[in-house]
Amino acid sequence: MTTAAPRTRPAPTTGPDGPVRLAAEGVRLAYDDRVVVDGLDLRLTDGSFTAIVGPNGCGKSTLLRALGRLLRPQAGQVLLDGRSIARAPTREVARVLGLLPQTPVAPAGLTVADLVARGRHPHQSWLQQWSTQDEAVVAEAMAWTGTGDLADRPVDELSGGQRQRAWISMALAQGTDLLLLDEPTTYLDLSHQIDVLELVSRLHAERGRTVVVVLHDLNLAARYAQRLVAMRDGVLVASGTPHEVLTEQLLADVFDLEARVVPDPVAGTPMVVPVRRLRR
Amino acid sequence: MTATADAVARTTPPDPGGRPRGRAVTVRVGPVSARFRWRSVVVPLVAAVAVVLLGAASLGRGDYPIALGDVLRTLVGAGTEGQAFVVLELRAPRTAVGALVGLALGLAGALFQTFARNPLASPDVLGITQGASVGAVAAIVLGGGTSTGALLGGLGVPLAALLGALGVGALLFVLAWRSGIDGYRLVLIGIALWSVAQALTDWLLTRAEIHDAASAYVWITGSLNARTWEQAAPLALSLLVLVPLALAAGRVLGVLQFGDDTARGLGVRLARAQGAVVVVAVLLVATAVAAAGPIAFVALVVPQVAVRLAGGSRPPLLASGLLGAALVVGADLLTRTVLPQALPVGILTAALGAPYLLWLLVRGRRTTA
Repeated sequence: MTTAAPRTRPAPTTGPDGPVRLAAEGVRLAYDDRVVVDGLDLRLTDGSFTAIVGPNGCGKSTLLRALGRLLRPQAGQVLLDGRSIARAPTREVARVLGLLPQTPVAPAGLTVADLVARGRHPHQSWLQQWSTQDEAVVAEAMAWTGTGDLADRPVDELSGGQRQRAWISMALAQGTDLLLLDEPTTYLDLSHQIDVLELVSRLHAERGRTVVVVLHDLNLAARYAQRLVAMRDGVLVASGTPHEVLTEQLLADVFDLEARVVPDPVAGTPMVVPVRRLRR
Repeated sequence: MTATADAVARTTPPDPGGRPRGRAVTVRVGPVSARFRWRSVVVPLVAAVAVVLLGAASLGRGDYPIALGDVLRTLVGAGTEGQAFVVLELRAPRTAVGALVGLALGLAGALFQTFARNPLASPDVLGITQGASVGAVAAIVLGGGTSTGALLGGLGVPLAALLGALGVGALLFVLAWRSGIDGYRLVLIGIALWSVAQALTDWLLTRAEIHDAASAYVWITGSLNARTWEQAAPLALSLLVLVPLALAAGRVLGVLQFGDDTARGLGVRLARAQGAVVVVAVLLVATAVAAAGPIAFVALVVPQVAVRLAGGSRPPLLASGLLGAALVVGADLLTRTVLPQALPVGILTAALGAPYLLWLLVRGRRTTA
C-alpha cells in the first residue's frame, strides 16, 4: 500500500481493521458536464461487506461504477490494492474485481452454462480457451449457487430470481476477491430478494469475498451488510455499522423521512418503520 | 508440448422440453484448449462441402459442358489440357470471386451483427455497400467527363467502389464513436448514411447516358459476369489476411455481445476491441464489394441463418462465411442453369436468402432475433 498524503481527517473506512482493498480518494464523478459526486473519500477493507444506500439519484450507482473502473473520475483517483485502478491493465483488474451491473442483459439463446463460463474470460487466452481449471471452477460455481439444474436453459427464459442466481454464478466463476453489485434485487419479489442476498452473504462469509452492494431496501441492507454507507446529493453523509448509521436523525437528513427505528425482531439489526415524508 | 491429446466429451442432459441440446466437446492438447458444440463444427463442414460441389457444378456449366467428375479431376490436376484451360482460366475466376465474396460478406455480417447486438446491423443497412455503389456509379457515369470524373474513371470501377465503401465505413466509425460504439446509434447513423449514398447514386443515374446507366445498374445489382483472375487474386490476397483476423475476433465477440459494462468487467478493453472488429468488418465488405458489386442480402441474412442452423447465442463466424460462399456460388449457378436468362447474381441471393430466413423465423422456437 502506498502512504497517502497527510489528511485533515481520516477517510471513512468500512469493514474491520485490515488492508484497504479498494479506495476512492477525492473523486469527482461526472457525466459530461453534470457533476454527480465531488471530492468523495471512501476506503473498503479486506473481507468487508458494505451496502451503499441513499435516495434515487444520490450518486450511489455512479460511485459503484467508478469503484468498478466503468467510470473514470474527473479528479481524484480510485485505488485497487494501493494502485491506481485507471492505470492497471484491464485484464488484471478483471481477475481481482468483479462487478454485476444493474439488470445485465444476456444475449438471446445463451445458456446458463455458457453465461457462467464467460466469467472465465479474464483467465483465458486465445490458445487456452477452456482449461481443466476453467471447467472445474464453472461446475463448482454452478453447484454452489444451485444453478446446476438450469445449465442448459437459455438465460432469457429464466425467472428473475433464477436469472440473478445465474449472473451471480458468473461473478463467482470469475474468481475475484472483490465483488461489486448494483441493486441485485431490483424487480425481484421479497422472497427472491432474500434468496439473492443470502447468496451474496454466503459469498462473503463462506468464500471470503469483499462485497460492495448498492441497495434500496434499508431493512435488508441493515440485516445483511456489516457496514452501511449513506449518500445524499453525491456526498457521503455517514458510514459505519448499521446501528451507527440507521438513526432517525439520518433518515430525516438523507431520505427526508420521518421514521421510527426499532430492532428487527429476527436479526436484531435496526429496522426502519416509516411515518411520513418530510417536506423540505 | 505433450503429444497426447485427450478429448473429453461431455454430454449434457436433455432439457425439460425433451429436446436434447447440443453436446459440448472439449479438446485439450498440452496448454492449448478449446470447447465447441458438435453443431458448430458440422454446419461449417457441410457448408464447405456444399461450396465445393456447387462450385464444381458451376465450373462444368457453359457453352462447353464438362461433367462434374472431370471438373473435380481437373481441379486436382488430372484433367486434359483443354479442360484445364476452360476450367482454370475461363471459369474458375468467376466461381472463386463468388465464393470469396460470399465468405467475406457472411463474415462481415456476423461481425457487425454480433458486436452491435442487433441483427439489423449489416453492411447493406449501414450504407457501406451503398457507399461502394456511389464510387462505382460515379466512375462509370462521370468517367471522362469532369476532371474529378476523369480521375474516378482512371481509378477504375473496383477501386472507386473500394474507396466509396471505405469512405462510408470511416464516416460511420467517426460519427458513431463516443468512447465506444453503441449498437443502436450505429444502426441509426448507418441508415442515415445509407439514404445519403442512395440519393447520390440516384442523382448520378439521372444524369447518366443511357448505356452508362445500364452498365451502372448491372454493377449496383451485383454481378459475377466476366470476372478474371485480375479481380480474384487481390480479393484472395486480402482475405488471406482479413479472414484470420475476423476469426481471431471470435473470442472477444463472445464477451462483447453482453452489455458494455459486463464486457469491461470481464476484462475487455472495449474501445480497442470494438474498433478492431469494425475495421476488419468494413475492410471485408469493401474488398468484397469492389470485386463483385454490392451483392444484396448475403451479409444480412446469412449470419441469421447460420445461428439458427448451428445454434448458440450469436452468429457463428466460420459457418456464416462458408454459408455465404455457398449462397453466392449456388445463386450464380442457378442464374445460369434454371433461369431462361442469365440474371445478375445479386437478384437471386436476395430472392433465395430472404424466404429461407422467413421460413426459419416462422418455424423457429427463438422468439427474439
